[in-house]
Amino acid sequence: MKWPAFAYVRASTLEELWRAQAQHGEDARVIAGGQTLLATLAFRLSEPGVLVDITRMAELRGIAAQDGALRIGALTRHAELGRHELVARHAPLLAQAVPLIAHPAIRNRGTIGGSLAYADPAAELPACVVALDATLVLVSSEGERRMPARDFFTGLLQTALRPGELIAAVEVPLATPGSRSAIVEVARRSGDYAMAGLAVSLTLDAQVQVSAARLVYFGVGNGPVLAAQASAALTGRPLGAESIEAAQAALGDDLDPSADLHGPPEMKRHLARVLTSRALRRFLPRTELAA
Amino acid sequence: MSMRVEITLTVNGERVTRSVEPRRHLVDFLRLDLGLTGSHAGCEHGVCGACTVRVDGEIVRGCLVLAASLDGADVTTIEGLSDSGEVADLQAAFVARNAAQCGFCTPGMVMAAADILRHHPEADRAAIREHLSGNYCRCTGYQAIVDAVAQTLEARR
Repeated sequence: MKWPAFAYVRASTLEELWRAQAQHGEDARVIAGGQTLLATLAFRLSEPGVLVDITRMAELRGIAAQDGALRIGALTRHAELGRHELVARHAPLLAQAVPLIAHPAIRNRGTIGGSLAYADPAAELPACVVALDATLVLVSSEGERRMPARDFFTGLLQTALRPGELIAAVEVPLATPGSRSAIVEVARRSGDYAMAGLAVSLTLDAQVQVSAARLVYFGVGNGPVLAAQASAALTGRPLGAESIEAAQAALGDDLDPSADLHGPPEMKRHLARVLTSRALRRFLPRTELAA
Repeated sequence: MSMRVEITLTVNGERVTRSVEPRRHLVDFLRLDLGLTGSHAGCEHGVCGACTVRVDGEIVRGCLVLAASLDGADVTTIEGLSDSGEVADLQAAFVARNAAQCGFCTPGMVMAAADILRHHPEADRAAIREHLSGNYCRCTGYQAIVDAVAQTLEARR
């Protein structure tokens, strides 16, 4: 249906945003790409009094490699993320995730900050930033604070953002020569939210020994699920059929999926095991793949 | 704070200034305020793609964009795209392949297909399907639509 009535103001700087928040209080709602918020308005799931448009805020834009991290401004649109040379080089997992997010027309508007703040449990980018052990830079009129991505997602559509606070940027540790990453998912239709998905970040040494592993599942819980047991099962040993099986077996303790529209918990567990193998097998040497 | 917002933007090469309600989305702005009825309002929550238009050169969901946010923007609709001749061959292929059945999805489909022609000239059928996956044809005439896009890409190579 049509959107409810609301007022609109543009904030071109953070200072203007703080002023708008001071004036309108809880009625004020920040809008960036709008690809989730505007759809919820159409369903009348939210009725903000005032939309504060932050899309022209220069301080929330830009992608730069600095101090060992890739800083990605919160207003970076998915399409930019997918084609930016620095992202491809330093955080390829994010570039790989982009084609899985919705459709081209939506990727041209939706932003990384919006996707993370909305925290849909089946969305790709929340899982990716947890897998990459990224840090979120949060700003409010009180100042700036930083938070590991793994602490940011606190429940179903819930985050650690305080009232009035927003994501300014995401800082991702730069990929090293031993870094490997992949994202895989199962969705009913191309562009749909995933029935189940997996974002993986591994560090391999020269002997294909896994020195660090982060397996983060999405669509199987209240938010991105960092699978501690499965990740541990891969760590400190060569990546191969055996360790992949061990990771799949360990998943039973990591995941506690609820039934949803797509199916029962056991189906989600099955998909998670399949995705684990699909994601990890691509890092095996060719000889082992043939075996 | 105002319940109306004045915007000046370019639509199909023409500069227009209007006062809009914040709750006006881009498709209603085009259809109801400017009389450009080529862009269709389908689901109005971002799923069907019938409202696909270009903003600043890139395709968007017209139902998921606030008209009030478009001060200074450059919008191209199916009317502008048609008049420019940019996709005359694609449109001819749509006709030749019977890719427009009821026609409701066609303007959005052509806008999205034009995006393939511009950005992905090497697209194969799978890539065409992927790129059009956000545009629904409820006549289910996808085969003919993909045929038309593939034929146009082939002819342009």
